[in-house]
Amino acid sequence: MEDLLQVTSRYRFAAAHRLDTPALTPEENRKLYGKCNNPFGHGHDYILDVTVDGSIDANGLVVNREAFDSLVRSSVIDKLDHKNLNVDLTEFRSEVATTENLAMLVRDYLVAAWTLPAKLVRVRISETERNTFVWEAGQ
Amino acid sequence: MLLTRKAEFSASHVCANPAWTPAKNLEVYGNNANPNGHGHNYILEVTVEGDTDPVTGMVFDLRELKEILNREVVDPMDHRFLNREVPPFDRIVPTTENIAAEIWRRLEPEVRRPNSRLHNVRLYETADLFVDYGGPVASH
Repeated sequence: MEDLLQVTSRYRFAAAHRLDTPALTPEENRKLYGKCNNPFGHGHDYILDVTVDGSIDANGLVVNREAFDSLVRSSVIDKLDHKNLNVDLTEFRSEVATTENLAMLVRDYLVAAWTLPAKLVRVRISETERNTFVWEAGQ
Repeated sequence: MLLTRKAEFSASHVCANPAWTPAKNLEVYGNNANPNGHGHNYILEVTVEGDTDPVTGMVFDLRELKEILNREVVDPMDHRFLNREVPPFDRIVPTTENIAAEIWRRLEPEVRRPNSRLHNVRLYETADLFVDYGGPVASH
């Protein structure tokens, strides 16, 4: 038997975006994305919850908090905070900056930078209090 | 069916290994290692899993669950210095992980019934950090 615990840490970033795809006409974009398609974009205070899974080490920790925070800040928050997702991030030049796609991008950023002994198991992003998107390992 | 009840307790702690230097403790535990302690308003969410009793319509009597949480967790831990007043934290570092696992050990036998069992303990140290523990699992 082993003791597996999940540790979740919450981070925040503010960013602008606009939902628009070249695959559709301007009229179709307006119809599909509504006010999220407004031409000059808009912004959100995103909330990001990152969850790791692992066993308690000899120090009583699943993950070193400073290492965890530092990895999330350098690999995700520094890249996204106070940015225009559509303009400042090359990834969203070919992809719509929906929060579904943003959650996958955050997952990719974390996986590329991952050095922690605990396993990354969940990325949860709230765009507003009413809209939340979750990626879970194994999906 | 899953049923979750919430409880709060405020407590102080220090996360440090007395055998280590202050520099080593700072490296592992950050400012949680400050020697004189600091405190948190811990929020506990306890989830019980079970079948709804056909007579009472309940998975677990919430009043009884509240009494168990008070007796096993809130009364012994609220407004206490965990390292000094709440065993086993005189010997085990009171990280959020260890506190969540200790709460599981205290609650598990109390809520185990023919139709219910403890499913998860979620412990928030702050609004931005929480730990989930679902009990021991078979090793892979």
